[in-house]
Amino acid sequence: MSSATLSIQRPAAGSRLPLPAARGPLSEQVLGTLAAGGPGTAVLPSAAGIDPTSDLVADEDVQLTLFCLQELHYRGLEDVDDAWEWDVSAIALRRDLEDAFEAHLRGRVTVPDVVATTADDVARVLFGMTASSGGPSLARFVARKASLAQLREVLVHKSVYQLKEADPHTWAIPRLTGRAKAAAVEIQADEYGGGHLASMHSELFRRTLRALDLDDHYGAYVDAVPAVTLATSTFMSLAGLNRRLRGAITGHLAAFEMTSSIPSRQYADGMRRLGLGEDATGYFDEHVEADAVHEQIAGRDLAGGLVEAEPHLLGDVLFGAGACLLLDDLAAARHLAAFDAGTSSLREVAA
Amino acid sequence: MSARDGVEMTLCPDGPILVRGAAHIVTSDGRTVARNRPTVALCRCGGSAIKPFCDGTHKVNGFTTSDGIEVSDTTVDD
Ligand code: FES
Ligand SMILES: [Fe+2]
Ligand SMILES: [Fe+2]
Repeated sequence: MSSATLSIQRPAAGSRLPLPAARGPLSEQVLGTLAAGGPGTAVLPSAAGIDPTSDLVADEDVQLTLFCLQELHYRGLEDVDDAWEWDVSAIALRRDLEDAFEAHLRGRVTVPDVVATTADDVARVLFGMTASSGGPSLARFVARKASLAQLREVLVHKSVYQLKEADPHTWAIPRLTGRAKAAAVEIQADEYGGGHLASMHSELFRRTLRALDLDDHYGAYVDAVPAVTLATSTFMSLAGLNRRLRGAITGHLAAFEMTSSIPSRQYADGMRRLGLGEDATGYFDEHVEADAVHEQIAGRDLAGGLVEAEPHLLGDVLFGAGACLLLDDLAAARHLAAFDAGTSSLREVAA
Repeated sequence: MSARDGVEMTLCPDGPILVRGAAHIVTSDGRTVARNRPTVALCRCGGSAIKPFCDGTHKVNGFTTSDGIEVSDTTVDD
Protein backbone atom coordinates (compact mmCIF):
# COMPACT_ATOMS: atom_id res chain seq x y z
CA MET A 1 0.00 0.00 0.00
CA SER A 2 1.51 3.35 -0.99
CA SER A 3 1.60 6.26 1.40
CA ALA A 4 -0.75 8.12 -0.91
CA THR A 5 -3.35 5.42 -0.31
CA LEU A 6 -2.90 5.76 3.44
CA SER A 7 -3.85 9.41 3.54
CA ILE A 8 -7.11 9.13 1.62
CA GLN A 9 -9.79 10.83 3.69
CA ARG A 10 -13.32 9.57 3.59
CA PRO A 11 -16.06 12.20 3.63
CA ALA A 12 -17.44 13.14 7.05
CA ALA A 13 -17.75 9.67 8.52
CA GLY A 14 -19.76 8.91 11.61
CA SER A 15 -18.40 7.09 14.59
CA ARG A 16 -19.29 3.65 13.26
CA LEU A 17 -17.00 1.08 11.73
CA PRO A 18 -17.10 1.41 7.94
CA LEU A 19 -18.34 -1.90 6.52
CA PRO A 20 -15.13 -3.83 5.72
CA ALA A 21 -14.58 -5.83 2.54
CA ALA A 22 -15.03 -9.60 2.90
CA ARG A 23 -11.94 -11.83 3.10
CA GLY A 24 -13.45 -15.25 2.44
CA PRO A 25 -16.72 -17.20 2.24
CA LEU A 26 -17.73 -16.73 5.89
CA SER A 27 -17.18 -12.97 6.05
CA GLU A 28 -18.75 -12.64 2.60
CA GLN A 29 -21.94 -14.29 3.79
CA VAL A 30 -21.99 -12.57 7.19
CA LEU A 31 -21.28 -9.04 5.98
CA GLY A 32 -23.69 -9.48 3.09
CA THR A 33 -26.45 -10.60 5.45
CA LEU A 34 -25.76 -7.85 8.00
CA ALA A 35 -25.91 -5.16 5.34
CA ALA A 36 -29.00 -6.57 3.63
CA GLY A 37 -31.44 -5.65 6.40
CA GLY A 38 -32.36 -6.15 10.02
CA PRO A 39 -32.44 -9.49 11.81
CA GLY A 40 -35.60 -11.48 11.40
CA THR A 41 -35.38 -11.35 7.63
CA ALA A 42 -32.29 -13.56 7.66
CA VAL A 43 -30.04 -15.47 10.01
CA LEU A 44 -26.27 -15.70 10.18
CA PRO A 45 -24.60 -19.06 9.48
CA SER A 46 -23.10 -21.29 12.12
CA ALA A 47 -19.36 -21.91 12.36
CA ALA A 48 -19.46 -24.82 14.77
CA GLY A 49 -17.07 -26.84 12.61
CA ILE A 50 -14.07 -24.52 12.87
CA ASP A 51 -10.92 -26.40 13.75
CA PRO A 52 -9.21 -24.76 16.74
CA THR A 53 -5.92 -26.41 15.84
CA SER A 54 -5.67 -24.54 12.53
CA ASP A 55 -3.85 -21.20 12.68
CA LEU A 56 -6.80 -19.00 13.63
CA VAL A 57 -4.51 -16.05 14.47
CA ALA A 58 -3.63 -15.82 10.78
CA ASP A 59 -7.08 -16.72 9.42
CA GLU A 60 -8.26 -13.59 7.59
CA ASP A 61 -11.85 -14.79 7.13
CA VAL A 62 -12.33 -15.87 10.76
CA GLN A 63 -10.65 -12.83 12.33
CA LEU A 64 -12.52 -10.30 10.19
CA THR A 65 -15.87 -11.99 10.84
CA LEU A 66 -15.24 -12.09 14.58
CA PHE A 67 -14.02 -8.50 14.61
CA CYS A 68 -17.24 -7.32 12.93
CA LEU A 69 -19.52 -9.35 15.21
CA GLN A 70 -17.76 -7.92 18.27
CA GLU A 71 -18.01 -4.43 16.79
CA LEU A 72 -21.80 -4.72 17.11
CA HIS A 73 -21.17 -4.29 20.87
CA TYR A 74 -18.95 -1.20 20.45
CA ARG A 75 -19.85 1.49 17.91
CA GLY A 76 -21.74 -0.63 15.39
CA LEU A 77 -21.12 -0.89 11.66
CA GLU A 78 -22.10 1.56 8.96
CA ASP A 79 -25.28 0.46 7.16
CA VAL A 80 -25.92 -2.35 9.67
CA ASP A 81 -29.04 -2.40 11.85
CA ASP A 82 -28.16 -2.07 15.56
CA ALA A 83 -30.70 -4.78 16.36
CA TRP A 84 -28.17 -7.36 15.12
CA GLU A 85 -26.24 -6.89 18.38
CA TRP A 86 -28.47 -9.30 20.31
CA ASP A 87 -29.77 -11.39 17.45
CA VAL A 88 -29.52 -15.04 18.49
CA SER A 89 -27.79 -16.15 15.29
CA ALA A 90 -25.23 -13.33 15.63
CA ILE A 91 -24.53 -14.30 19.25
CA ALA A 92 -24.31 -18.00 18.33
CA LEU A 93 -21.85 -17.33 15.52
CA ARG A 94 -19.76 -15.01 17.70
CA ARG A 95 -19.63 -17.71 20.34
CA ASP A 96 -18.59 -20.40 17.84
CA LEU A 97 -15.74 -18.19 16.65
CA GLU A 98 -14.73 -17.06 20.13
CA ASP A 99 -14.76 -20.62 21.49
CA ALA A 100 -12.53 -21.82 18.67
CA PHE A 101 -10.17 -18.85 19.00
CA GLU A 102 -9.95 -19.25 22.78
CA ALA A 103 -9.27 -23.00 22.45
CA HIS A 104 -6.63 -22.24 19.84
CA LEU A 105 -4.87 -19.75 22.13
CA ARG A 106 -5.10 -21.99 25.17
CA GLY A 107 -3.26 -24.62 23.15
CA ARG A 108 -0.56 -22.14 22.19
CA VAL A 109 0.03 -19.90 25.21
CA THR A 110 2.56 -21.02 27.79
CA VAL A 111 1.61 -20.09 31.30
CA PRO A 112 4.15 -20.39 34.12
CA ASP A 113 3.40 -23.12 36.63
CA VAL A 114 3.46 -21.03 39.81
CA VAL A 115 1.68 -20.61 43.07
CA ALA A 116 0.61 -17.03 43.73
CA THR A 117 -1.89 -16.23 46.42
CA THR A 118 -1.19 -12.63 47.40
CA ALA A 119 -1.47 -9.53 45.23
CA ASP A 120 2.29 -9.02 45.55
CA ASP A 121 2.92 -12.59 44.35
CA VAL A 122 0.68 -12.09 41.33
CA ALA A 123 2.38 -8.80 40.43
CA ARG A 124 5.80 -10.46 40.72
CA VAL A 125 4.77 -13.31 38.41
CA LEU A 126 3.32 -10.90 35.86
CA PHE A 127 6.39 -8.64 35.91
CA GLY A 128 8.46 -11.80 35.39
CA MET A 129 6.40 -12.93 32.40
CA THR A 130 6.59 -9.51 30.76
CA ALA A 131 10.28 -8.84 31.36
CA SER A 132 11.85 -8.19 27.96
CA SER A 133 12.34 -11.52 26.26
CA GLY A 134 14.64 -10.13 23.61
CA GLY A 135 11.93 -11.16 21.16
CA PRO A 136 10.84 -9.18 18.13
CA SER A 137 10.25 -5.53 18.98
CA LEU A 138 8.52 -3.09 16.67
CA ALA A 139 9.31 -0.28 19.11
CA ARG A 140 13.05 -0.97 18.96
CA PHE A 141 12.84 -1.09 15.18
CA VAL A 142 11.04 2.26 15.10
CA ALA A 143 13.57 3.79 17.50
CA ARG A 144 16.54 2.72 15.41
CA LYS A 145 15.75 2.48 11.77
CA ALA A 146 12.15 2.64 10.59
CA SER A 147 11.54 4.92 7.62
CA LEU A 148 8.69 7.41 7.75
CA ALA A 149 6.62 5.08 5.53
CA GLN A 150 7.25 2.15 7.89
CA LEU A 151 6.41 4.26 10.94
CA ARG A 152 3.11 5.20 9.28
CA GLU A 153 2.35 1.53 8.70
CA VAL A 154 3.02 0.75 12.36
CA LEU A 155 0.55 3.47 13.33
CA VAL A 156 -2.01 2.07 10.88
CA HIS A 157 -1.81 -1.30 12.65
CA LYS A 158 -2.08 0.36 16.04
CA SER A 159 -5.07 2.47 15.00
CA VAL A 160 -7.36 -0.56 14.93
CA TYR A 161 -7.22 -0.81 18.72
CA GLN A 162 -5.96 2.60 19.76
CA LEU A 163 -8.99 4.44 18.34
CA LYS A 164 -11.07 2.57 20.92
CA GLU A 165 -8.27 2.43 23.45
CA ALA A 166 -9.32 1.13 26.88
CA ASP A 167 -12.85 0.15 25.81
CA PRO A 168 -12.37 -3.67 25.85
CA HIS A 169 -11.07 -3.53 29.44
CA THR A 170 -13.90 -1.31 30.57
CA TRP A 171 -16.25 -4.28 30.08
CA ALA A 172 -14.55 -5.77 33.16
CA ILE A 173 -15.62 -3.07 35.60
CA PRO A 174 -19.15 -4.30 36.45
CA ARG A 175 -17.80 -7.86 36.75
CA LEU A 176 -15.26 -6.95 39.45
CA THR A 177 -15.64 -6.05 43.10
CA GLY A 178 -13.60 -4.47 45.87
CA ARG A 179 -9.93 -3.72 45.37
CA ALA A 180 -9.85 -4.98 41.77
CA LYS A 181 -12.83 -2.84 40.78
CA ALA A 182 -11.34 0.29 42.34
CA ALA A 183 -8.08 -0.39 40.51
CA ALA A 184 -9.86 -0.88 37.19
CA VAL A 185 -11.67 2.43 37.62
CA GLU A 186 -8.46 4.21 38.61
CA ILE A 187 -6.65 2.99 35.48
CA GLN A 188 -9.53 3.39 33.07
CA ALA A 189 -10.31 6.93 34.28
CA ASP A 190 -6.73 7.86 33.40
CA GLU A 191 -7.07 6.15 29.98
CA TYR A 192 -10.11 8.32 29.34
CA GLY A 193 -8.18 11.46 30.27
CA GLY A 194 -9.88 11.84 33.63
CA GLY A 195 -12.96 12.92 31.68
CA HIS A 196 -11.06 15.61 29.73
CA LEU A 197 -11.77 14.94 26.05
CA ALA A 198 -8.46 16.16 24.61
CA SER A 199 -6.52 14.04 27.11
CA MET A 200 -8.42 10.85 26.33
CA HIS A 201 -5.86 8.39 25.03
CA SER A 202 -7.85 7.58 21.91
CA GLU A 203 -7.98 11.32 21.17
CA LEU A 204 -4.23 11.67 21.73
CA PHE A 205 -3.78 8.85 19.23
CA ARG A 206 -5.98 10.67 16.69
CA ARG A 207 -3.71 13.68 17.08
CA THR A 208 -0.71 11.48 16.30
CA LEU A 209 -2.46 10.09 13.21
CA ARG A 210 -3.25 13.59 11.95
CA ALA A 211 0.35 14.69 12.56
CA LEU A 212 1.42 11.87 10.22
CA ASP A 213 -1.26 12.79 7.66
CA LEU A 214 -3.16 9.58 8.38
CA ASP A 215 -6.93 9.12 8.56
CA ASP A 216 -8.14 9.48 12.18
CA HIS A 217 -11.66 8.17 11.58
CA TYR A 218 -12.77 5.20 13.64
CA GLY A 219 -11.96 1.96 11.84
CA ALA A 220 -10.45 3.77 8.84
CA TYR A 221 -7.75 1.14 8.33
CA VAL A 222 -9.48 -2.11 9.20
CA ASP A 223 -9.38 -3.18 5.54
CA ALA A 224 -5.63 -2.53 5.43
CA VAL A 225 -4.52 -4.68 8.36
CA PRO A 226 -3.92 -8.44 8.33
CA ALA A 227 -5.57 -11.09 10.53
CA VAL A 228 -2.88 -10.99 13.21
CA THR A 229 -3.50 -7.29 13.83
CA LEU A 230 -7.23 -7.96 14.10
CA ALA A 231 -6.46 -10.89 16.43
CA THR A 232 -4.79 -8.60 18.98
CA SER A 233 -8.13 -6.79 19.17
CA THR A 234 -10.50 -9.74 18.92
CA PHE A 235 -8.77 -11.42 21.85
CA MET A 236 -9.23 -8.32 24.02
CA SER A 237 -12.90 -8.12 23.08
CA LEU A 238 -13.40 -11.83 23.66
CA ALA A 239 -11.85 -11.59 27.13
CA GLY A 240 -13.72 -8.38 27.91
CA LEU A 241 -17.16 -9.41 26.66
CA ASN A 242 -17.29 -12.74 28.49
CA ARG A 243 -17.70 -12.40 32.24
CA ARG A 244 -16.27 -15.85 32.81
CA LEU A 245 -12.98 -14.52 31.40
CA ARG A 246 -12.66 -11.61 33.86
CA GLY A 247 -9.37 -13.13 34.98
CA ALA A 248 -8.05 -13.09 31.41
CA ILE A 249 -9.01 -9.49 30.71
CA THR A 250 -7.30 -8.25 33.88
CA GLY A 251 -4.21 -10.32 33.05
CA HIS A 252 -4.29 -8.90 29.55
CA LEU A 253 -4.42 -5.34 30.83
CA ALA A 254 -1.57 -5.97 33.25
CA ALA A 255 0.65 -7.41 30.51
CA PHE A 256 -0.33 -4.62 28.12
CA GLU A 257 0.59 -1.92 30.66
CA MET A 258 3.80 -3.73 31.64
CA THR A 259 5.01 -3.73 28.04
CA SER A 260 4.22 -0.10 27.30
CA SER A 261 6.38 2.50 29.09
CA ILE A 262 9.75 1.55 27.63
CA PRO A 263 8.41 0.79 24.11
CA SER A 264 6.50 4.09 24.17
CA ARG A 265 9.75 5.94 24.75
CA GLN A 266 11.29 4.03 21.84
CA TYR A 267 8.41 5.00 19.54
CA ALA A 268 8.75 8.65 20.55
CA ASP A 269 12.53 8.52 20.08
CA GLY A 270 12.05 7.09 16.60
CA MET A 271 9.62 9.85 15.72
CA ARG A 272 12.04 12.52 16.94
CA ARG A 273 14.81 10.83 14.91
CA LEU A 274 12.55 11.29 11.89
CA GLY A 275 12.12 14.97 12.72
CA LEU A 276 8.58 14.76 14.04
CA GLY A 277 7.34 17.04 16.80
CA GLU A 278 5.22 16.92 19.90
CA ASP A 279 1.92 16.67 18.01
CA ALA A 280 3.16 13.29 16.77
CA THR A 281 5.00 12.09 19.88
CA GLY A 282 2.51 13.38 22.49
CA TYR A 283 0.56 10.13 22.65
CA PHE A 284 3.73 8.13 23.29
CA ASP A 285 5.26 10.66 25.71
CA GLU A 286 2.06 10.42 27.76
CA HIS A 287 2.29 6.61 27.83
CA VAL A 288 5.86 6.61 29.15
CA GLU A 289 4.61 8.28 32.31
CA ALA A 290 1.05 6.94 32.51
CA ASP A 291 1.85 3.27 32.00
CA ALA A 292 4.64 3.32 34.60
CA VAL A 293 1.77 4.12 36.99
CA HIS A 294 -0.77 1.79 35.38
CA GLU A 295 1.51 -1.25 35.37
CA GLN A 296 1.87 -1.07 39.15
CA ILE A 297 -1.86 -0.74 39.74
CA ALA A 298 -2.78 -3.35 37.11
CA GLY A 299 -0.34 -5.97 38.37
CA ARG A 300 -0.94 -5.61 42.09
CA ASP A 301 -4.36 -4.09 42.75
CA LEU A 302 -6.28 -5.21 39.65
CA ALA A 303 -4.96 -8.67 38.74
CA GLY A 304 -3.57 -9.33 42.23
CA GLY A 305 -6.69 -8.00 43.92
CA LEU A 306 -8.84 -10.24 41.72
CA VAL A 307 -6.79 -13.35 42.54
CA GLU A 308 -6.96 -12.57 46.26
CA ALA A 309 -10.75 -12.36 45.96
CA GLU A 310 -11.12 -15.30 43.55
CA PRO A 311 -8.01 -17.51 43.81
CA HIS A 312 -9.28 -19.96 41.17
CA LEU A 313 -8.85 -17.23 38.53
CA LEU A 314 -5.04 -17.20 38.74
CA GLY A 315 -4.75 -19.49 35.71
CA ASP A 316 -6.95 -17.22 33.60
CA VAL A 317 -5.05 -14.10 34.70
CA LEU A 318 -1.83 -15.69 33.50
CA PHE A 319 -3.51 -16.96 30.31
CA GLY A 320 -4.70 -13.43 29.49
CA ALA A 321 -1.22 -12.05 30.04
CA GLY A 322 0.38 -14.83 28.02
CA ALA A 323 -2.06 -14.38 25.13
CA CYS A 324 -1.33 -10.65 25.06
CA LEU A 325 2.40 -11.34 24.80
CA LEU A 326 2.01 -14.12 22.22
CA LEU A 327 -0.20 -12.07 19.91
CA ASP A 328 2.10 -9.05 20.17
CA ASP A 329 5.10 -11.22 19.29
CA LEU A 330 3.31 -12.81 16.33
CA ALA A 331 2.25 -9.42 14.99
CA ALA A 332 5.69 -7.90 15.47
CA ALA A 333 7.44 -10.86 13.84
CA ARG A 334 5.16 -10.66 10.82
CA HIS A 335 5.50 -6.90 10.33
CA LEU A 336 9.27 -6.94 10.86
CA ALA A 337 9.64 -9.76 8.32
CA ALA A 338 7.78 -7.63 5.78
CA PHE A 339 9.99 -4.62 6.51
CA ASP A 340 13.11 -6.79 6.30
CA ALA A 341 12.01 -8.00 2.90
CA GLY A 342 11.49 -4.41 1.79
CA THR A 343 7.75 -4.88 1.39
CA SER A 344 4.65 -3.44 3.04
CA SER A 345 3.22 -4.97 6.20
CA LEU A 346 -0.28 -3.97 5.11
CA ARG A 347 -2.75 -5.76 2.89
CA GLU A 348 -3.25 -4.63 -0.67
CA VAL A 349 -6.63 -2.94 -0.68
CA ALA A 350 -8.41 -1.25 -3.50
CA ALA A 351 -8.62 2.42 -2.58
CA MET B 1 -5.88 1.80 48.66
CA SER B 2 -6.74 5.36 47.81
CA ALA B 3 -6.44 8.25 50.21
CA ARG B 4 -9.46 10.48 49.67
CA ASP B 5 -8.47 13.34 51.92
CA GLY B 6 -4.97 12.53 53.02
CA VAL B 7 -2.02 11.31 51.01
CA GLU B 8 -1.03 7.68 50.63
CA MET B 9 2.30 6.48 49.33
CA THR B 10 2.73 2.88 48.22
CA LEU B 11 6.22 1.34 48.16
CA CYS B 12 6.18 -0.84 45.05
CA PRO B 13 8.58 -3.79 45.38
CA ASP B 14 11.60 -3.26 43.08
CA GLY B 15 9.88 -0.17 41.69
CA PRO B 16 8.58 3.35 42.26
CA ILE B 17 6.57 4.97 45.02
CA LEU B 18 2.95 5.47 44.03
CA VAL B 19 1.52 8.69 45.39
CA ARG B 20 -2.23 9.07 45.74
CA GLY B 21 -4.01 12.08 47.16
CA ALA B 22 -3.38 15.80 47.29
CA ALA B 23 0.39 15.84 47.69
CA HIS B 24 2.26 18.87 46.41
CA ILE B 25 5.52 17.81 44.86
CA VAL B 26 7.93 20.73 45.06
CA THR B 27 11.48 21.33 43.91
CA SER B 28 14.19 22.23 46.41
CA ASP B 29 13.60 25.89 45.63
CA GLY B 30 9.89 25.60 46.27
CA ARG B 31 8.46 25.40 42.74
CA THR B 32 5.54 23.02 42.27
CA VAL B 33 6.10 20.07 39.93
CA ALA B 34 3.22 19.72 37.47
CA ARG B 35 1.18 16.55 38.03
CA ASN B 36 -0.59 15.18 34.98
CA ARG B 37 -2.72 12.60 36.77
CA PRO B 38 -4.26 11.94 40.17
CA THR B 39 -1.91 9.03 40.95
CA VAL B 40 1.77 9.42 40.10
CA ALA B 41 4.77 7.11 40.38
CA LEU B 42 7.95 8.65 41.79
CA CYS B 43 11.23 7.14 40.63
CA ARG B 44 13.34 5.68 43.39
CA CYS B 45 15.85 3.77 41.27
CA GLY B 46 17.48 6.92 39.97
CA GLY B 47 17.33 5.77 36.36
CA SER B 48 14.23 7.48 35.01
CA ALA B 49 14.53 9.93 32.12
CA ILE B 50 11.44 11.80 33.31
CA LYS B 51 12.33 12.35 36.97
CA PRO B 52 10.83 12.81 39.43
CA PHE B 53 8.44 10.36 37.74
CA CYS B 54 9.07 6.68 36.98
CA ASP B 55 9.38 5.61 33.34
CA GLY B 56 9.77 1.88 33.90
CA THR B 57 13.58 1.94 33.69
CA HIS B 58 13.83 0.25 37.10
CA LYS B 59 12.79 -2.97 35.34
CA VAL B 60 15.93 -3.04 33.21
CA ASN B 61 18.62 -1.56 35.46
CA GLY B 62 18.66 -4.23 38.14
CA PHE B 63 17.04 -2.08 40.82
CA THR B 64 15.79 -4.01 43.82
CA THR B 65 14.24 -2.99 47.10
CA SER B 66 15.19 -5.57 49.64
CA ASP B 67 12.71 -4.31 52.12
CA GLY B 68 13.00 -5.47 55.65
CA ILE B 69 10.33 -2.88 56.24
CA GLU B 70 9.07 -2.45 59.77
CA VAL B 71 5.33 -2.07 59.69
CA SER B 72 3.14 -0.66 62.40
CA ASP B 73 0.09 -2.71 63.28
CA THR B 74 -2.38 -0.09 62.12
CA THR B 75 -3.52 -0.12 58.51
CA VAL B 76 -4.73 2.90 56.61
CA ASP B 77 -8.19 3.59 55.27
CA ASP B 78 -10.02 1.89 58.14
S1 FES C 1 11.64 3.61 39.88
FE1 FES C 1 10.85 3.34 37.89
S2 FES C 1 12.33 4.30 36.67
FE2 FES C 1 13.15 4.57 38.64
FE1 LIG D 1 -3.46 4.47 27.29
FE1 LIG E 1 -2.28 2.57 30.33
